[in-house]
Amino acid sequence: MKINKEKHLDMYLKMVQTRKFEEKAAKLFVQGKVHGTAHFCIGEEATGIGVCSALENEDYILQTHRGHNQGIGKNMDINRMMAEFLGKETGYCKGKGGCMHIADFSKGSLGANGIVGGGIPLAVGAALSQKYRKKDNITVGFFGDGAANEGSFHEALNLASVWKLPVLFVCTNNYYGMSMNVNKSMNIDDISIRAKSYGMKGLAIDGNDVLKVYEETIKAKKYVKEHGPMLLVLNTYRWMGHSKSDPQAYRTKEEVREWKEKCPVKRYNEYLLKEGIASVDELAALDVRAAQDIESAVDYAESSPEPRIENILDDVYAD
Amino acid sequence: MREITYAEAINEAMSEEMRRDENIIFLGEDIGVYGGAFGVSRGMLDEFGEERILDTPITELAIVGAAVGAAMTGLRPVAELMFSDFITFAMDPLVNQAAKTRFQFGGQASVPMVLRAPGGSGTGAAEQHSQSLEAWVCHVPGLKVVIPSTPYDAKGLLKTAIRDNNPVVFLEQKLLYRTRGEVPEPGDDYTIPLGVADIRKEGNDLTIVTYGRMVQRSLEVAEKFTSEGVDIEVIDIRSLVPLDKECLIRSAKKTGKVVIVHEACQTGGYGGELSSVIVDSEAFFYLDAPVKRVGGMDVPIPYNPNLEAQVVPTVDSISAAVRELL
Repeated sequence: MKINKEKHLDMYLKMVQTRKFEEKAAKLFVQGKVHGTAHFCIGEEATGIGVCSALENEDYILQTHRGHNQGIGKNMDINRMMAEFLGKETGYCKGKGGCMHIADFSKGSLGANGIVGGGIPLAVGAALSQKYRKKDNITVGFFGDGAANEGSFHEALNLASVWKLPVLFVCTNNYYGMSMNVNKSMNIDDISIRAKSYGMKGLAIDGNDVLKVYEETIKAKKYVKEHGPMLLVLNTYRWMGHSKSDPQAYRTKEEVREWKEKCPVKRYNEYLLKEGIASVDELAALDVRAAQDIESAVDYAESSPEPRIENILDDVYAD
Repeated sequence: MREITYAEAINEAMSEEMRRDENIIFLGEDIGVYGGAFGVSRGMLDEFGEERILDTPITELAIVGAAVGAAMTGLRPVAELMFSDFITFAMDPLVNQAAKTRFQFGGQASVPMVLRAPGGSGTGAAEQHSQSLEAWVCHVPGLKVVIPSTPYDAKGLLKTAIRDNNPVVFLEQKLLYRTRGEVPEPGDDYTIPLGVADIRKEGNDLTIVTYGRMVQRSLEVAEKFTSEGVDIEVIDIRSLVPLDKECLIRSAKKTGKVVIVHEACQTGGYGGELSSVIVDSEAFFYLDAPVKRVGGMDVPIPYNPNLEAQVVPTVDSISAAVRELL
């Protein structure tokens, strides 16, 4: 698949922005500037960026609680993401949702979900909408390995398959549902085989290879428009703990170190250099720009007003 | 005026709205060829076709989840649960998704959907097919909750619910499906606003506040007391959320005595809320007696018909409560 340089650099920038966003967010925690929790996707950047880079603005995504890469991949505004993370009025959800509920309907993001598996049936409905209105678009429902054991996963896959809806189910398998390894939560090695029981195509790939993820999503997009749903499993790894308070007693430092060697950002950087697609200077400039983008997002967020209790009843109900 | 059944009124409301707005779809179990477990959707498949009348597998979580996703993206789905008891399977999409979507995304989205589900006992369907679970959903901000008691109200309120831009839980009453009542001719596009109670009988001596199947029973009680010279007011609240608090307070101030009646188990039932609305207001100072609740017994609905009939409020038990306050 031919990918032009501009696309390569766009994906690379977004991966670095995601990495820097998460690193900065973790720092803000340590500094006590964040109330609540967050789930960082460091190590998983290639999944959300690879998938979303293959989508159109009108394609929908349902994000997960660990979905900053998905949002940045779908061209969400980093300033408003950071402002939401800090609970500010200028955030995507006016400070009411926090980073577990970031959404940008104008960009096709129907929102992140704090309920494991909660977004999967919603993806079925969004795809039903697209099919009903005869749109030439698809819906991507993101979820993790943990959600693949929820009833919502099974009901959603079955219904989407029966109705042949244009939905791509994307499972980000980072091998852990909080503390539980997939080898204890399911009795199969390959999550994608679950597709077969719904008469659906399933595919598992290396989720740390952004180009592979991008290319398979392009193919999957065409496939689901023609044939109905598909399950794409992206095998990757969560470098950090489940959330801010996780001592990680359930895994070894050795295991984490091994996966860090498979860093998706570094891997893409090396690929772009080796193939002569970009120069060292070009990539370094993007690294600097990504860091600056995140710094200005923090400035924007920190200088933004706090939401006011006077507005708390807004948006409980629509008019 | 012509008379039609409660079930026909619901069918008419959906059909007329679907003719008016092509963004409305209808999904649920056995709603197509079968015509709905209670016959509510008979004929709709023929008129609207498989694209809009979506027969689903037995998959309540996905039915409601898909309705939420479709509503977030511009459709106005009506989803049917065959029995309201099955809402247990659909609680996540209803409570954590539909009810929170607009608020948690800062007003970016709305979820204009209706979840229709029949509740109530009296059909011999036993423990898992006879509950009145409205209090569960009334407790969740973001949802609206409606329970109609007549064909006229069922049609007018359902039309309003379908046009509402929020998720509305529309709890029908199984035992009322075959009851008949006056409803204007099709094409008379009347609607009934949510949050407006209906004073079904005016009276000065005591107020009965109720809804759903218990409205008719309360009217029987009121009728019975008329011969004794006791003038009872019967209020059908019709919509639980939003609630017409003013109407309750006004009536309590007028009569000074209030009995609240519902079929649902008394403990944690919506009657507690109705009672609080009254005693928490200036009506408290007009009360001549404690506000009395007559709810269902705190037991699962039993199978045996004699037992089943006695675990929910009866004309006798409501009358006894009324007499206690007189």
